[in-house]
Amino acid sequence: MRIDLPELSLVTLIGATGSGKSSFARNHFGPFEVVSSDFCRGLVSNDENDQTVSNEAFDLLHSIIHQRLRLGRLTVVDATNVRPEDRKHLVRIAREHHVLPVAVVFDIPEKVCHERNASRPDRDFGPHVIRNQRSAMKRNLRGLKREGFRHIFTFKSVEEVDAATTERQPLWNNKKAVTGPFDIIGDVHGCCSELITLLNALGYQVTETDREDGLKFQVTPPDGRTAVFVGDLVDRGPRVADTLKLVMAMHADGVAHCVPGNHDVKLLRKLRGKNVQITHGLDVTLAELEKEDADFNDAVVQFIDGLVSHYVYDNGRLVVAHAGLIQSMQGRGSGKVREFCLYGETTGETDEFGLPIRYNWAAEYRGSAMVVYGHTPVPEPEWLNHTINIDTGCVFGGKLTALRYPEKELVSVDAEAMYAEPAKPFLDEDQKHGVLSAQHAVDDVLDLTDVFGKRIIDTRLQKAVTVREENAAAALEVMSRFAANPKWLIYLPPTMSPCETSERPEFLEHPEEAFTYYRNQGVPRVICEQKHMGSRAVAIVCRNEDVARERFGVVGEGIGIVYTRTGRRFFDDVELEQALLHEVRAAADTCRLWDDLGTDWMCLDCELMPWSAKAQELLRQQYAAVGSAGRHALAASVAALTTAQARMGEPAAMLLADMQTRQDSLKAYTTAYQHYCWPVESLSDLRLAPFHLLATEKQAHVDKDHRWHMAWCQKLAEHGSDVVMGTACHEVDVTDESSLAAGMEWWLTLTGEGGEGMVVKPLDFIVRGKRGLSQPAVKCRGREYLRIIYGPEYTTPVHLDRLRARGLGRKRGLALREFALGIEALERFVRREPLRRVHECVFGVLALESEPVDPRL
Amino acid sequence: MLLTITNSSPQATDLGYLLHKHPDKVQAFSLSYGKAHVFYPESSSDRCTACLLLDIDPVGLVRNRRGPSGEGRSLDQYVNDRPYVASSFLSVALAKVYGSALSGRCNDKPQLISTPLDLTVTVDVVPCRGANDDGQVIRELFEPLDYTVETVHHPLDEKFLQWGEGPYFSVTLRARKPLSEMLTHLYVLLPVLDNDKHYWVDKDEVEKLLARGEGWLQGHPAKELITNRYLRYQRSLTRDALARLTTEEQVDPDADAEAHDEQEEAIESPLSLNDQRHAAVVAALKASGAKRVLDLGCAQGKLLRRLLDERQFELVAGMDVSLRALEHAERRLKLDRLPDRQRQRVQLLHGSLMYRDQRLNGFDAACLVEVIEHLDPPRLAAMERAVFEFAKSPTVVLTTPNVEYNVRFETLPAGQYRHRDHRFEWTREQFQSWATELAERFGYTVRFLPVGDNDAEVGSPTQMGVFEHA
Repeated sequence: MRIDLPELSLVTLIGATGSGKSSFARNHFGPFEVVSSDFCRGLVSNDENDQTVSNEAFDLLHSIIHQRLRLGRLTVVDATNVRPEDRKHLVRIAREHHVLPVAVVFDIPEKVCHERNASRPDRDFGPHVIRNQRSAMKRNLRGLKREGFRHIFTFKSVEEVDAATTERQPLWNNKKAVTGPFDIIGDVHGCCSELITLLNALGYQVTETDREDGLKFQVTPPDGRTAVFVGDLVDRGPRVADTLKLVMAMHADGVAHCVPGNHDVKLLRKLRGKNVQITHGLDVTLAELEKEDADFNDAVVQFIDGLVSHYVYDNGRLVVAHAGLIQSMQGRGSGKVREFCLYGETTGETDEFGLPIRYNWAAEYRGSAMVVYGHTPVPEPEWLNHTINIDTGCVFGGKLTALRYPEKELVSVDAEAMYAEPAKPFLDEDQKHGVLSAQHAVDDVLDLTDVFGKRIIDTRLQKAVTVREENAAAALEVMSRFAANPKWLIYLPPTMSPCETSERPEFLEHPEEAFTYYRNQGVPRVICEQKHMGSRAVAIVCRNEDVARERFGVVGEGIGIVYTRTGRRFFDDVELEQALLHEVRAAADTCRLWDDLGTDWMCLDCELMPWSAKAQELLRQQYAAVGSAGRHALAASVAALTTAQARMGEPAAMLLADMQTRQDSLKAYTTAYQHYCWPVESLSDLRLAPFHLLATEKQAHVDKDHRWHMAWCQKLAEHGSDVVMGTACHEVDVTDESSLAAGMEWWLTLTGEGGEGMVVKPLDFIVRGKRGLSQPAVKCRGREYLRIIYGPEYTTPVHLDRLRARGLGRKRGLALREFALGIEALERFVRREPLRRVHECVFGVLALESEPVDPRL
Repeated sequence: MLLTITNSSPQATDLGYLLHKHPDKVQAFSLSYGKAHVFYPESSSDRCTACLLLDIDPVGLVRNRRGPSGEGRSLDQYVNDRPYVASSFLSVALAKVYGSALSGRCNDKPQLISTPLDLTVTVDVVPCRGANDDGQVIRELFEPLDYTVETVHHPLDEKFLQWGEGPYFSVTLRARKPLSEMLTHLYVLLPVLDNDKHYWVDKDEVEKLLARGEGWLQGHPAKELITNRYLRYQRSLTRDALARLTTEEQVDPDADAEAHDEQEEAIESPLSLNDQRHAAVVAALKASGAKRVLDLGCAQGKLLRRLLDERQFELVAGMDVSLRALEHAERRLKLDRLPDRQRQRVQLLHGSLMYRDQRLNGFDAACLVEVIEHLDPPRLAAMERAVFEFAKSPTVVLTTPNVEYNVRFETLPAGQYRHRDHRFEWTREQFQSWATELAERFGYTVRFLPVGDNDAEVGSPTQMGVFEHA
């Protein structure tokens, strides 16, 4: 006997103990596919035969089945399952997951079972057990179908069991192997002329031949393409029969696939003689079909009857269903799945037009497959959470729309007339969510489940970036209490590691190590960029407020935002912020950035000066405070020692000298931070220095090298007012001695003038070395600047020697993970993915930033 | 850090005997965190000055740090005021270097021990943190013990005078008393001034310090302040994670928030407004017939405790965005000690009003007490949908300050909000038009009630809206 199993099914083995279920399962299924009640008994009690723990064992068994079916794994239940009440539960679980239940019955003679058990020392129960089990089983076998089993196989003998083979059948809806390209066409409703026009526009050649027995169609698709109809071919429109002829011809020739719509199915029921209400344009169809011959009517019945509720294409990346389909039903088969595909989900209420209120499943959709559907007319197709409704109400005077896949292009033709009056004026639909697109409206509120707890995020640059639960908790707090509107937050900058510790006397960091790092990563050429000492800032700049609304879904918050590395609005003073953004926009206007890059917004990675503008509290509470305390404490000590020296000579003099050195160091420290402070009274006191042009419409510019980025930033600085500032840079060939020396010299000059230091980057934005990603940048900070980090006296040899022991590994790991997440966030944003997908990455960067890591690095 | 002690009594050089340190030597003592030096800039029969110079190793502080893990961010920093200020490190040094003098032992001249001396003490510098202090606390601590106190307040940075003055003072104390008594006072009180940046080498240190207060601390008018500050050193791990995210803007947002809460309470306390507010909210929730109630933004759980007292509520859940607040709430409600049946009535959730959260579904009523004014206006929309569209409790009780009433608060400067974290405070009209529109949008009805004294002109201090799902 050949047992054909749907590839996703719950296989229920039924038979007395000793009837050979376990051996059969072992022979035909993978070890994990079989869940056995005895094994579960063993798991909970150490004894596979302990009947007293049946409840616990079956709880466990059911729980395993639940998890497996949810994940879409075929599962075999190895238990006696002889009573209907045993099986009821299994059928219920299968239904819950839209999985087909299959029964395999082992109706094996009692004697065989006895013999088998006799050979097993752990099964020493009496003969009545098997007898009872068998009779219980036989009593109810007829009811299996009624219980819900669609596929039933029965073995009458050991020989039959031994001879059996199993075969797994793909579900009808499984077209994962078919990768397209496709042209998915919305609800036609008998608008045959528009359909032909649309097909022509898509490059299909449609030949009509008017023969005696009616119109015949022949369709030739453009190279390799397939049309897919989302259903509702019939009713309401002017040429229902022609539409059916055309689509059926395409279907028969393999040029088109089609899923059924609710109208198609209703027609089928009518044609099969069921009593259905002749409403919603069915009358039009029936009138047309009456004029056709019986053969055609039969063909229509056959055609519709053969349609599969939905299709899953392209390795699971594309799903087509008439009314859409939630993730948990995709690729599954059950009555409920079919219902959903045909009608969607309704809330049970009706609106003022008497139509059922539809539950907006797409707003909740979290799946990775693109879902293309129709069913409810909309004025314009709109992407929402990777789903799109392409029913643009042709029959109601709208248009007929196709989506080209994988291009994601929409092609429409206008209706030639308004053939039917919609029950509710669908063209006003857009009034519903006002000025925002459907996606932006949904994105107003993010879901906690998209950020909370431990998370693993897949990024293009690094597979599986893990965010730990406690870090996510810290991020939640910061994101909620302080962060700006998440719609603006399309990127957070990664942390940056310093270069390896220098061994040179007097230096903790030196360019040599940075150059060596990149040389060892196989990078021949690096770019050194002046490291401004201010605060990191990300600036989003739109050409105008309309762009902010259309692209970012932000209303009434100006033309952009400047936010900090933790996603907080940089300025409390909104007017100052907007004035600054207008300066940047003006610079972009003048240097023709918008036109050259084909965009009307940009995202800049910048440093904003002075440091004191943002770090006022930190300066007051820590840096200036330490300076103040030190200045006065040391002054008092030096004064006391000076007096003491006069009286006591040498012993006091040594201590005095020591204190004076400390005074000098403290002075140098104060000077170091004072460099980065100046009062801000107006916009003209601020300096914004962009150094990456991270993204513009459709592009995350991580494929460009840093020369490109520097060039654009330089252009902005040149064309802007003094507020927009350039960044000095210097290229170094790390394989050339003189170039290296020049690089070091450049750094010494920079830091000698009070500069913080420099950032060394490989010329390319993203570099992969032998062992994965290379650091996108390492910083090399100046000797004086580091007093702010390592303390006023850090250059004293006794301190410096201890400070050299510092581990960069953790910081570097973090830098890469944050880099990968940041880039991923940008790339998802430019691909117009839903906000939650962008936010997930941004939130991840923030969470990682709360990881404990040496704060001085 | 420099501590000088000058004796200007006759036979001033007795100071050397009392301190057990020879006036003509420069001596050094090794301490776990650095060194202490003792030397005498002057030593004559009418005036003798001993200096204790504390030489703290700033790198060692960070590298060899012991003590509870996660404690104290500033000890993670090399840029640290510890080397320059009088802190608990000074107390440790006093015990080690002037140990005998501190405990009143003097073998050579025992009669000196109880002899009052004319003493002048200078400390450079004393940190004194507290609400815009001008050194008042220093006087409050030392004046009751009969010291004359002189303080010099130092600016943060001479180049940026607009930054104002920092928390550091040069302090001069004068008194006529036995040396051991004075040293004891310094030993206990200087770390108190240091307040929340007080780090302990180990926990027993606290006990030791307080033990030194025997005989005089009991009667000290600032006794409570002194002991409270000793007990304030506990920190939580979560606080550190949070702190790492907010370095630039705020040094410790939680501490800030708590300080501001206190400030708001102080402004409102003459009215016992918080009690009245909670009573009004409880009344509204009870009237709704709710059995399962949710306190959104429960903070440290004050309202939760009142809700638990009501038998009507079978389930009382509190949600807050601050983990630290929830830890407080857990302690306040003594959750670990509640019997199972009581325990099951309470739920604490870490969550946020900025996100939709399924855990908030299924409650009969929710309240947001003094919460919305902490949200940035552009982010109100997210809260509105999270609460009214998704959590959708049949009853929602919401309170917020009535800004019109602010003129009635005597301690509140005109134009200032009650709490520094308030992003807005609304007039009655603003609140009511917002709430009415909100109710309409999500199918609720709303009624407004005053909370607290209802002033004829400016209304009540708190305004409350009770939303019922239509």
